[in-house]
Amino acid sequence: MLHSPRLDRQAVALKPARNAPLTLRIPEPAARPGEPANFSQLRLSAPGAVRRPALDTEARSMHDLAYELIRVLDDRGNAVGPWAPDLSTATLLAGLRTMLLTRVFDERMYRAQRQGKCSFYVRSTGEEAVTAAQAAALESSDMCFPSYRQQGLLIARGYPILKMMGQVYSNTLDPLLGRQMPVMYSSREHNFFTVSGNLGTQFIQAVGWAMGSALSGDTRIAASWVGDGTTAEGDFHYALTFASVYRAPVLLNVVNNQWAISSFQGIAGGDEAPFAARAIGYGLPALRVDGNDFLAVYAATRWAAQRARSNHGATLIELFTYRAEAHSTSDDPSRYRPADESAKWPLGDPIARLKQHLIERGDWSEQKHAALLEEVTQEVRAVQKEAEANGIHGNNKTHSPKTMFDGVFKDPDPRLLKQRQEAGY
Amino acid sequence: MATMNMIQALNSAMATMMTRDPKVVVFGEDVGYFGGVFRATDGLQKKFGRHRCFDTPIAEGGIVGAAIGMGAYGMRPVVEIQFADYIYPAFDQITSEAARIRYRSAGEFGVPIVVRSPYGGGIFGGQTHSQSPEALFTHVVGLKVVIPSTPYDAKGLLISAIEDDDPVMFFEPKRLYTGPFDGRHDVAVKPWSVHPASEVPEDYYKVPLGKASVVREGDEVTVLAYGTMVHVALAAAKESGVDAEVIDLRSLIPLDMETIADSVNKTGRCIVVHEATKTSGFGAELAALVQRECFYQLEAPVERVTGWDIPYPHAFEWQYFPGPARVGAALRQALEA
Repeated sequence: MLHSPRLDRQAVALKPARNAPLTLRIPEPAARPGEPANFSQLRLSAPGAVRRPALDTEARSMHDLAYELIRVLDDRGNAVGPWAPDLSTATLLAGLRTMLLTRVFDERMYRAQRQGKCSFYVRSTGEEAVTAAQAAALESSDMCFPSYRQQGLLIARGYPILKMMGQVYSNTLDPLLGRQMPVMYSSREHNFFTVSGNLGTQFIQAVGWAMGSALSGDTRIAASWVGDGTTAEGDFHYALTFASVYRAPVLLNVVNNQWAISSFQGIAGGDEAPFAARAIGYGLPALRVDGNDFLAVYAATRWAAQRARSNHGATLIELFTYRAEAHSTSDDPSRYRPADESAKWPLGDPIARLKQHLIERGDWSEQKHAALLEEVTQEVRAVQKEAEANGIHGNNKTHSPKTMFDGVFKDPDPRLLKQRQEAGY
Repeated sequence: MATMNMIQALNSAMATMMTRDPKVVVFGEDVGYFGGVFRATDGLQKKFGRHRCFDTPIAEGGIVGAAIGMGAYGMRPVVEIQFADYIYPAFDQITSEAARIRYRSAGEFGVPIVVRSPYGGGIFGGQTHSQSPEALFTHVVGLKVVIPSTPYDAKGLLISAIEDDDPVMFFEPKRLYTGPFDGRHDVAVKPWSVHPASEVPEDYYKVPLGKASVVREGDEVTVLAYGTMVHVALAAAKESGVDAEVIDLRSLIPLDMETIADSVNKTGRCIVVHEATKTSGFGAELAALVQRECFYQLEAPVERVTGWDIPYPHAFEWQYFPGPARVGAALRQALEA
């Protein structure tokens, strides 16, 4: 042999110019504005097709579940397969009402922002099943560490929407005294942790809370939510590492709504493997769920919660859904994605699908649905009136500005008492 | 009373609080079984069990993030960052979260955590085992910043920090762990046992946050110092013959402005000394406060003797470190002004 492979390699190393130039891949979504929506790359399991392992199954024998998609509702609205939960009509109707209330609330607040009554708003349109079904599957004493798009958790837990509006308007009803931008809610009473603008920080905090619960011999568990984009933050890695190492009783939810502002989920690394598959490397079980299927979200959450409660540790749940509206009131999605993409989303709308299921069960009708929507709309409208009577953003009906100097520390800070005087309060 | 060095005093503070309060938990890198790279948590796991004192993954952001969540649950975590130089991965959790959670939730949630971290130079620690990042944290509203200079204060201040309901950054001058180093690197360092502040009660006691200590009374110049620089300032006063009043601030936030102002109004002169780099260091804040509060009594400009505005060098340790000669020169200069 004249040319040994070893010599060939040396030759290549000495003359790199002979190689083809390297190229860098920059992921691009399947469709941009003006192009037809394209979901041909989505891999969707058939409803009822994914297995349901026993609660104590080892994470290593569940890897397939990170790549499948747990779905319960079929195209006609029937609940099929091993994940179909045994839920009463009352529970389903309560979930439907929560989703409707969340959507109507979002729409009213969005419009209020457009009318200049609040500075900012974030809708959760299309993702209502995530919060409504997960809240139903958790105990109300379980602690939630949400991102800014889980307002439905508060609504599901009965937090007064008057207070939510007070927060959005920063008016005299605002429980956070005008300190936070709209939608950064907090309610200790409802086990809803104070929302931060810094993405992902709550994920590891939830793990710490769960560690505290386990250290104390408590029975409560924690749950946290991040979006697909936030999985790229270091806190995501911290959370999975700590959750795995200490077997913390926590549910780590990734709401994959396909978009992080203008970046499609491929920019966060979602093209190469589902976000659920991240869990595999940490030795954590993962469930990948149709996020627009109330029953599937409920069943998966219930499974993970029971697993955590029985000391089997954390579960990563990827909730596969679609951000149907703009990222926020400061965003225009028509500049980066097809205008009809949300309408073409193959997993449909969570409210329409639960409605169809209830009708299929014989427990609901179009008329009853219309009446419920009307009732919810009237309720939100009435509350909005009351909220606005207590002030809207910019009309100076706020808590006293002197309160902005309070509460930096538990005890008053002498520096701030001085600065408050300086400011004239 | 027992004779303790600073490490033993810190260890005693944690043990005391773990005994008194089941909510106190201690964790960090190597703090569990091994007892910490500086031995500060030695024996705690054995005494209190793995659920009270345990090892963590090497993830500073994870350590502080988990502590915040645990604090929100109702525990009192005391976490260790192995070197202050490695605190930056946790900066987001400390500044965006721990410091603001009480304020942003209008008091619904508090963060009763202590972040302990060895800091400061003088040990040939080079760039990443010598830094003094306290000013990064004094600038963050919602944090308390505490730095002891003796075993007695270390225990009493740490107990106060653990009992405090707000997040406390607790920087420990590692140069002082085993003895009171005064910057004279050519002289053998004496152990703490020959220093009166090594007499430490074995039980519970507190040194309050926000109270400075006048460690040497004097009439000619006020020296504001903390950590290792307290001992450097004392040596400088002795060597220079200047009758300096040396104040150990002990906590930077909250700051004992009353003790500072009383002293400067008496002496009419003020030198600020710290190891940290000069520009935007905590000395700048002190100088601004002193000139505002004591303007009509000042007889000389407020001077700062600090580390140079360079990354902490290895081979040039003693050219960087503000030792007694540099501090002494500043004292004499202040008298001439």
